[in-house]
Amino acid sequence: MNPDHSGRFGDFGGKFVPETLMSALYQLENDFERVRTLPEFQTELQDLLANYAGRSTPLYFAKRLTEQYGGAKMYLKREDLNHTGAHKINNTIGQGLLAKWTGKKRVLAETGAGQHGVATATVAALLGLECTVFMGEEDIRRQALNVFRMELLGATVEAVTSGTGTLKDATNEALRHWVEHVNDTYYIVGSVVGPHPYPYIVREFQRIIGDETKSQIMELEGHLPDVIVAAVGGGSNAMGMFYPFLDDREVALIGVEAAGEGIDTPRHAASIAKGSKGIIHGALTYLLQDNDGQIIPAHSISAGLDYPGIGPEHSFLHESGRAKYVPIKDQEALDAFLTLSRLEGIIPALESAHALAHALKIAPTMSKEQILVVNLSGRGDKDVDSVRSILSEGGQTLGTRS
Amino acid sequence: MERGRNAIVSALAGLNDRAGLIPFVVAGDPNFEDSIELLRILSEYADVIEIGIPYSDPLADGPAIQAGAARSLANGMNLSRAMDLISAVRTFSPVPIIAFTYANPVYKTGIAKFLSNARGAGADGVIIPDLPHEESEDLRRELDRLNMAYVPLVSLTSGERAARIAKTATGFVYCVSTLGVTGERKSFAAQLPALVSQVKASSTVPVAVGFGVSQTEQVAELSAYADGVIVGSAFVKYAGLLKNAAPEDRNVILQAFRRFASDLAGATNKGEKLG
Repeated sequence: MNPDHSGRFGDFGGKFVPETLMSALYQLENDFERVRTLPEFQTELQDLLANYAGRSTPLYFAKRLTEQYGGAKMYLKREDLNHTGAHKINNTIGQGLLAKWTGKKRVLAETGAGQHGVATATVAALLGLECTVFMGEEDIRRQALNVFRMELLGATVEAVTSGTGTLKDATNEALRHWVEHVNDTYYIVGSVVGPHPYPYIVREFQRIIGDETKSQIMELEGHLPDVIVAAVGGGSNAMGMFYPFLDDREVALIGVEAAGEGIDTPRHAASIAKGSKGIIHGALTYLLQDNDGQIIPAHSISAGLDYPGIGPEHSFLHESGRAKYVPIKDQEALDAFLTLSRLEGIIPALESAHALAHALKIAPTMSKEQILVVNLSGRGDKDVDSVRSILSEGGQTLGTRS
Repeated sequence: MERGRNAIVSALAGLNDRAGLIPFVVAGDPNFEDSIELLRILSEYADVIEIGIPYSDPLADGPAIQAGAARSLANGMNLSRAMDLISAVRTFSPVPIIAFTYANPVYKTGIAKFLSNARGAGADGVIIPDLPHEESEDLRRELDRLNMAYVPLVSLTSGERAARIAKTATGFVYCVSTLGVTGERKSFAAQLPALVSQVKASSTVPVAVGFGVSQTEQVAELSAYADGVIVGSAFVKYAGLLKNAAPEDRNVILQAFRRFASDLAGATNKGEKLG
């Protein structure tokens, strides 16, 4: 469904932002609807998605994984093969073009792990736009390589020292910066979060994941999958994957939240499992908060899932029962990360490893005729350093070195 | 003593030859007792007082007020203590109080419960900077029921929205002086006087200006055409000084704070335009 006139999916969404941004949000809503219908815009968008980002991405049958787990046929939607290594580029190409077509010379983005920041800096370089990326100082320390990537691409990375110095605070600071520069700057939000129309715009640019998957699986198998699994931080890869299947009620949709050290510990990022309704970054949605409505910092091994909120449309899908949300712990994701590397020769992003971990749990319970699709939203190159240090801290070795 | 929305309107509308001074501090910054001390001083110079209820993610605030909220929360401030603090101020001051906070604490508590607690503690109105016109209907209805003031924000980018928003105000209209968040600035947008006069034409209540105001010259400049001037970050900084002060320096800081409040109050004369 599309959001209603006030930008709500059911109860969720809306525009909870300072008055200074309201006119810009209405303007963006109008610009998006106008520009997306222009044939020249669509031509440019399709050209960049195909010849620059490398779409379409394969729907790969993971034969060895399937054999090993002895249940459902497992397919991987290979968003990791996109330029810059994740699904993030689908959205930044779309919004970058929207910025260009609406005459903006500057773009602004928030980033956690740096994937959205890199994808934004990439598109800014491509389109000749000035680019500023807000990133928490803690994340800058954890993801130094992505900071350098953004700088190589010509972007300015602004360190955010407020709050916990992570994605939540980078998003606050990006919004504050946008308030000050709203007249000449386009804010490229990185997930299906934020005030309306962002959750809608980002989903529309990400739905290509699900649209492709649908036609690919019909071609490969002649029918729709039984289950689709995708990881959810803000939730853009999951929303892009789920959306084209919402009316296909026979397809079970499962979003995987980061359970960190466990949802019964204080260190997790499971907004649906352990959160409650509230307002974060301009939208009414599920989030981690205390009884006074103070936002509680999230934790996950995966910087991309380390976010105390979730996109409002996911909250709606949860409440309506159309999608189910399950938690996966750091250790389970880490195990899946190693499994996929060893069995299929694909090193997944830790975010995607969460989705995979849940798929590996349920695949053996399904029949061999059933089909399970995992959205492999990104590649794990960015995570190899942190996985190496986690493994060595845990005294684990990977054997086979002689 | 009159309470509620009328208290705020009368405090600003009846001043004739000067504008009202509306200082802002964060409840519990740097701690409960010192916060009371600062409010005791402010109550001698203020026409209306804004008390910020600290929030973890203050989107509309710049570094000074963010730091104030962080100091306060680190010292154990929460919603119930903030209401206690407002009640404590009421024991020594009749000056109208506006509670400033963000949408989430109000939503999480429940609008009706939050407002009735605030009213019970002695607050006369609220400001919620991330609750724009479109999302404010439930809040306005409840404020009406409690006779509390709704203080909406109007900004330089509001355009045709400005008149519609101004009409909903029941305490005063809060004109935001610049694009951006709270914090000290050297100057205001050139279109500010035009915005204020546009808002005045649509509003039945006083019109005040805030964001970026920190100097007596600026208060004088704004007093020439606004009904009230809001000063926040510049006051909040004293709470930061107080937090780190040696015991023997406390009085010096409190005296400087008093002098600053007194100077700003003295600059609100409408006749004293700087030329």
